[in-house]
Amino acid sequence: MAMAEKPDDPKGARPPAERRERGGWLSRIAPGVRKAFSKKADTPENLWVKCPDTGEMIYRPDLEAALWVTPAGRHMRIGAKLRLGYTFDEGQYETIATPPAADDPLHFSDGRPYGERLASARKATGANDVMSIGFGTIKGCKAVVLVQDFAFMGGSLGMAAGEGFVTAAREAIARGCPLVAFTAAGGARMQEGALSLMQMARTTLAINELKAAQLPYVVVLTDPTTGGVTASYAMLGDVHLAEPGALIGFAGPRVIEQTIRETLPPGFQRSEYLVEKGMVDRVVARSELPDVLGALLSMLMGGKRRAA
Amino acid sequence: MTAPRHYLDFERPIADLEAKIEELSRVSESASGGKSFDSELAALRKRVDVLRRDAYAKLDPWQKTQVARHPERPHFMDYVAGLIDEFVELRGDRKFGDDQAIVGGLGRFRGQAVVVMGHEKGWDTTTRLKHNFGMARPEGYRKAVRLMDLAEDFGLPVLTFVDTAGAYPGIGAEERGQAEAIARSTERGLMLGVPMISTVTGEGGSGGAIALAAANKVLILEHSIYSVISPEGAASILWRDGSRAKDAAEQMKITGPDLLKFGIVDRIVSEPPGGAHSDPATAIRSVGDAVAEELKALSDLSAEQLKKQRADRFYAIGKTGIA
Repeated sequence: MAMAEKPDDPKGARPPAERRERGGWLSRIAPGVRKAFSKKADTPENLWVKCPDTGEMIYRPDLEAALWVTPAGRHMRIGAKLRLGYTFDEGQYETIATPPAADDPLHFSDGRPYGERLASARKATGANDVMSIGFGTIKGCKAVVLVQDFAFMGGSLGMAAGEGFVTAAREAIARGCPLVAFTAAGGARMQEGALSLMQMARTTLAINELKAAQLPYVVVLTDPTTGGVTASYAMLGDVHLAEPGALIGFAGPRVIEQTIRETLPPGFQRSEYLVEKGMVDRVVARSELPDVLGALLSMLMGGKRRAA
Repeated sequence: MTAPRHYLDFERPIADLEAKIEELSRVSESASGGKSFDSELAALRKRVDVLRRDAYAKLDPWQKTQVARHPERPHFMDYVAGLIDEFVELRGDRKFGDDQAIVGGLGRFRGQAVVVMGHEKGWDTTTRLKHNFGMARPEGYRKAVRLMDLAEDFGLPVLTFVDTAGAYPGIGAEERGQAEAIARSTERGLMLGVPMISTVTGEGGSGGAIALAAANKVLILEHSIYSVISPEGAASILWRDGSRAKDAAEQMKITGPDLLKFGIVDRIVSEPPGGAHSDPATAIRSVGDAVAEELKALSDLSAEQLKKQRADRFYAIGKTGIA
C-alpha cells in the first residue's frame, strides 16, 4: 500500500514548507535578508504558477478564478478551505470542529519523532490533521461536507482522520442531511501502525450508521486517492464522482510496477479509467461539482422511503 | 519433538547444536564395543531445548516477523485439517472467478457447523503459485463476502484465519476493483448478524488482512504480527532502505502485547516453546481451544447484540490503552 508522505507532484497548489524555507543565493550571501523581505505566509509568494503539464506560466489570479484548474485541464490539488468554499452555496458554511485524537500513540520515530512531524504539518497547513468538516447548502440542499487535505502528511488516514470521518457522519445524521466526502490520501498513516489500519473498519461502521438512517453518502475522489482510504470509505459511497485525471487505486503505481516488472498502460488508475472499469459513476469537472452534487443530493433525499 | 529443517538467522546456535547432536547420535549408533554417548546426548538435547526456549521467549518484533513467515508454520489448510471436520470447500465469487489465495467453505468445528475461511500461502512451489502466496485478488474478497452472506442466511458462525503479506498489487486486481472488494469484505464482516472470530495465524498484512478480520473477537498467535504495512515496505518509504525493516518492525508495534494493549486484538494464543512450526499439532489445538472459548462466550448474543458488540469494539480502539 502506498503511503507516500510527500505529494508526488511538487508543483501542487501549496508548496511544502521545506521548499519555502530553503534559502537560495541571497540567503548565502546575506543571511536574514530573505526573511526580512518575505511576505506573510498566506499571501501568494509568486504571481505566476508553472503549469505542471505544459510548463506554461499561468497568472495566479487567473488560476484562482479557474478554481485551480489549469488551461490544460489539470485539476490541481487544493486545500480544505478552498474546497469547502467552492462546494457550498455562496462559499458560506458552518465549520464543524474535528475532535482531537491522541498524538503519536506509538512514540514513533523514523529519525525525526512523529510528534515533530505532526507539529510542523500543523504549522504549515494551519489545520490540526487531514480532515475538515463544513455544514451548509449545496444548490439549496443541506449537506455535511468532509474534506481530506493531501497537503497534511499526504492526507494519510490516522486516528484523527478516522475520528473526523465518524464525526462528519454523525453530524449528518444529527442534521438529517447527506454526507459528501472529498477524498485525497496516499493511504494509511504508518506512524500510527495498526491503529491507522483500524480506521478502515471504524469509518466503514460510520458509513453504515448513515445507511441505517437512510441518508446518502456521496464520495468525490480527488487526486490522489490510494491505499487504505480507497479500500474503505472512498469505495463505499452510494455514488462515486471523481475529478478529472485523479490517481485512484489500491496499490500505488510504483508498487505495481515493482511487482509485475512491466510499465503500466497510459491512463491506468486515473478517474476516466475507473469509470470505464465500473468503479466510479462519473468524472466531473471542478466547476460543475456543485451542480452535480446538488442534483444528486436533492434526488436521493426526495425518495419515498425518506418521506415515509 | 522433531527439529524443524528450516532455521531462521537467530536460530544459528540452535542449528549448530542440533547438527552436533545428530552427528554424535550417528557415531553412537555405529560405535561397536558398547561405547555409548547416551548421557552426553541427553545433556545436549536438554541444552538445545533450553536454547530454543530462551530464544523464543524473547523474540524481538523483527524476529517474530520471521517466525510469522516461517515456511513450516501451520497454514490455513493445516488448521482446517486439525480443527474442521467434514470440510466442504466452496469456490468462486460467482462474478468472475475463484481466487485460491483465500480458501473457504463449510465444516464442523467441534461439532458445530461453521463457515471457515482464510488466506493460504501454499507450502511448496506449485501450491505457492496456485495460492498466489496468500495475496488475494478482488475475487478472493468477493468470495469472502459471498461466504459471509451464506453464514448470515443460515445462522452459522464465521471463523477466519488471517495470514497474508497483503492484497495482491497487480494490473488485473486494480482493474477489477481491488479496493472496493476489500472495503466490501470489511463491511460484510462488521455487519454480520452471526458471530465472527478471526485469528491472525501468521502475517496480518494491511487491508488484505482486515478484510477478513472485522470480527467480534480478534485473536493473534504469540509470534504472529498484524500491521498496516510490512516492515520492509515501511522502511523503504521512511528511509528508502528496505534493509532497515528491523527498525520499522520495532517502531510500528506489530506484535501481540502492544496490539492487545491498544484493543486491536482481544487475545494472544501461546505457541509451543520453539514456535508453532516446532509443534504444529499443539499450536493448532491451542488455537482451537481459544476459538471455542470465544465462540461460546458469544453464543447467547442476538444478531443485534453481535453487531453492537463489534461496532463498540472497533469504535473503542484508540480510546483506551494509549499512553
